[in-house]
Amino acid sequence: MSMKASTRQVDGITIVDLSGRITLGEGSVILRDTIKDLLGKGQKKILLNLGDVSYIDSSGIGELVSAFTSVRNQGGELKLLNLTKKVHDLLQITKLYTVFDVKDDEAAAIGAFTR
Amino acid sequence: MTAPQRVSYRMESTLESVNKAEEMADRISAQAGFDEDTRSGISMAVREGMINAVLHGNAYDPAKRVNLTMEQSGQQLIFTITDEGKGFVPDEVPDPLAPENLLKESGRGIFLMRAFMDEVRFRKLNPGTEIILIKRLQGNDLDRQEAST
Repeated sequence: MSMKASTRQVDGITIVDLSGRITLGEGSVILRDTIKDLLGKGQKKILLNLGDVSYIDSSGIGELVSAFTSVRNQGGELKLLNLTKKVHDLLQITKLYTVFDVKDDEAAAIGAFTR
Repeated sequence: MTAPQRVSYRMESTLESVNKAEEMADRISAQAGFDEDTRSGISMAVREGMINAVLHGNAYDPAKRVNLTMEQSGQQLIFTITDEGKGFVPDEVPDPLAPENLLKESGRGIFLMRAFMDEVRFRKLNPGTEIILIKRLQGNDLDRQEAST
């Protein structure tokens, strides 16, 4: 299953709904291009909804890290929402769970962004 | 585990090969009796081994091939992946869990292989690298296998 990304705006926050697999190749490229596009438009408060992401490999992890640092370097914030158990476990063992700000409720996640 | 079984594939240095190897690893892990979580880890380790071979080893070179062997032996699954690249020294790959490396975009493949498999070995070839990934059946897996036969 390839990856899909769609964006929506809620209270000034850009929510990116991702589905499928973030893996080497198409999945990683779609995520990279989406983040680049948002930053280019000045949308720097980004919530990545990973609820429908079934699988992430090392390349996908690298892409999430890249998204996080790119947004932060431009003075923005990136948070993660709705991790599946598989993705949660992967971020735990790679010690990235504490690096990312991970939320499991969309409204609470939106409220947690700096205003 | 069932009778010894060994299959080998000579594959192109492409993303398609990586995806195909991952699917085959999942299938053989299911046949061997591993539970879903363990199968997911095994197929991820094989995927990362294949990425290592296709991307870092052969650098997508269409003239170079990757060999994948999957073997059920005794109560373990053995995956052997070889490439024809310039090779590397696994011990020189930085620890991805070190604080200074946490935000690096790459360098987690070998760590993930080691996280999900019981044994991971590297051998330098001339040219290339051989990666051996081993996963052993545990008590619950053996019960599951017996129930399915």
